[in-house]
Amino acid sequence: MLYAFQVLNGLGLGMIYFLISVGLTIIFGLLNFVNFAHGAFFMIGGYLCYSLVGWTGSFWLSLLFGPLFVAFAAWLAEKILFHRIYHLPHTFHILVTVGIALILQETTIMIWGPVGKNISVPEGLQGVVTLWAFAYPVYRLFLISFTIIIALALWYLLERTRFGALVRAGSESAEMISLLGTNIHRLFAATFALGVGLAGLAGTLSAPVRGVNPFMGVEVLGIAFVVVVIGGMGSFTGALLGGLLVGLVQSLMSTIWPEGASLMIYGAMAAVILLRPYGLFGRA
Amino acid sequence: MLNVDAIHSYYGKSHILEGVSLTVNEGELVTLLGRNGAGKTTTLRSIVGIVRPQSGSVNFSGREMIGREIYEIAREGISLVPEHRGIFGMLSVEENLAVAARPGQWNFEGIYKFFPRLYERRKNGGNALSGGEQQMLSIARGLLTNPRLLLLDEPTEGLAPVIVDEIVNALVKIKKSGMAVLLVEQNLRICEKLGDRHYVLEEGRIVYSGDSENFRINRSVRDRYLSVGV
Repeated sequence: MLYAFQVLNGLGLGMIYFLISVGLTIIFGLLNFVNFAHGAFFMIGGYLCYSLVGWTGSFWLSLLFGPLFVAFAAWLAEKILFHRIYHLPHTFHILVTVGIALILQETTIMIWGPVGKNISVPEGLQGVVTLWAFAYPVYRLFLISFTIIIALALWYLLERTRFGALVRAGSESAEMISLLGTNIHRLFAATFALGVGLAGLAGTLSAPVRGVNPFMGVEVLGIAFVVVVIGGMGSFTGALLGGLLVGLVQSLMSTIWPEGASLMIYGAMAAVILLRPYGLFGRA
Repeated sequence: MLNVDAIHSYYGKSHILEGVSLTVNEGELVTLLGRNGAGKTTTLRSIVGIVRPQSGSVNFSGREMIGREIYEIAREGISLVPEHRGIFGMLSVEENLAVAARPGQWNFEGIYKFFPRLYERRKNGGNALSGGEQQMLSIARGLLTNPRLLLLDEPTEGLAPVIVDEIVNALVKIKKSGMAVLLVEQNLRICEKLGDRHYVLEEGRIVYSGDSENFRINRSVRDRYLSVGV
């Protein structure tokens, strides 16, 4: 029973990791851009949830506008700053995006303070469901189903629409899609906003479960990179399976061997790198 | 329609084009010949904006193209079918076409009629195609952007003779449709069959230009610039 409980927890956690990592991996695939500010945008999504719930009293409004605002901020940052450094080596990407991440983190501390905040579970999703013999929180079930819907919608967008075809084609050769007349700057900005917006959505969704604090971005960034390395850079399926794997390992290990939970995640990553250096779904 | 005037292009410090000038008129098929390394591909890449010429002018329908973005030049109506075909291997044939399609004379229906092979293979991934099919797809994709000028970089290179004939027939039909074409091709027989006018490039300079009649008679041009022997 305890394991069933932990498997559900792991699914929810894994889907959150998927939402964060899929943005990171799409951005890397198309723009060849390493975004170390990704976790900071996840954190902003969480804090916006906290404030928007405070102002409007509605979790649903914050679920809509929080991620949209994060996506807009990302679009603006891409237009003003990031697009200027795409052509530089990855070390420059890291330098600039770590800088942005620190600015966002310190600004968060200035606005909301260094101590974490809790966000109450939205009305209507409070309480527990009794499944067979054990009780499970409604919000966590909502989280799992909602993220599955988002994942399906995202799959449709990437695999079945012209925009998705452009993103995939551009990941193979950005020059070739510009030769075919695609405005590469608009495509890049839109993809960046989409990827970062998903991190914001993950931040909003996980806020009622884990609360928010100024260092959640750094924590989650490490895990997101583990997921991307396991799944393979640039792969949607890889991010999904990698996210679920990490979520399940973390959740199950926390009952079996709590001290080793983090260790096992990095152990899983090391094993994948040894067996498949480009990740489960990566290409050379 | 296309007027390239004395362009100088570089790769890093190497001076590749040393003042190339050429013209393509409405409805004309012009070939660009020359040995490997003469600068043929660089000329095409300079026209479409991948390489930015340091001086000179690329005038298309009265507008300067140098300094404009690749996609802007493509939208003006110049389409390059590149040497290595540029097929998106992870996309299906249909998706390869869909990312290129812009409204105009050429549409999906027309393209599939033009290349029935592509219709048969429309659900296949780009990686699963043979070299000839990839070339057809690359040309089809170029046409679907509905350009006014099509640039082709060695479309028959590395293909079996049967497939070469198919590609050449397609080019004949494209020419008949009234599309202006600038063709880079090593195969003299194909150039003679298709071209209205010819340019020969040697070490980054145009060393010969003439119409098909002149080119046929002028054997010395071939011996001097195009033969591979000593």
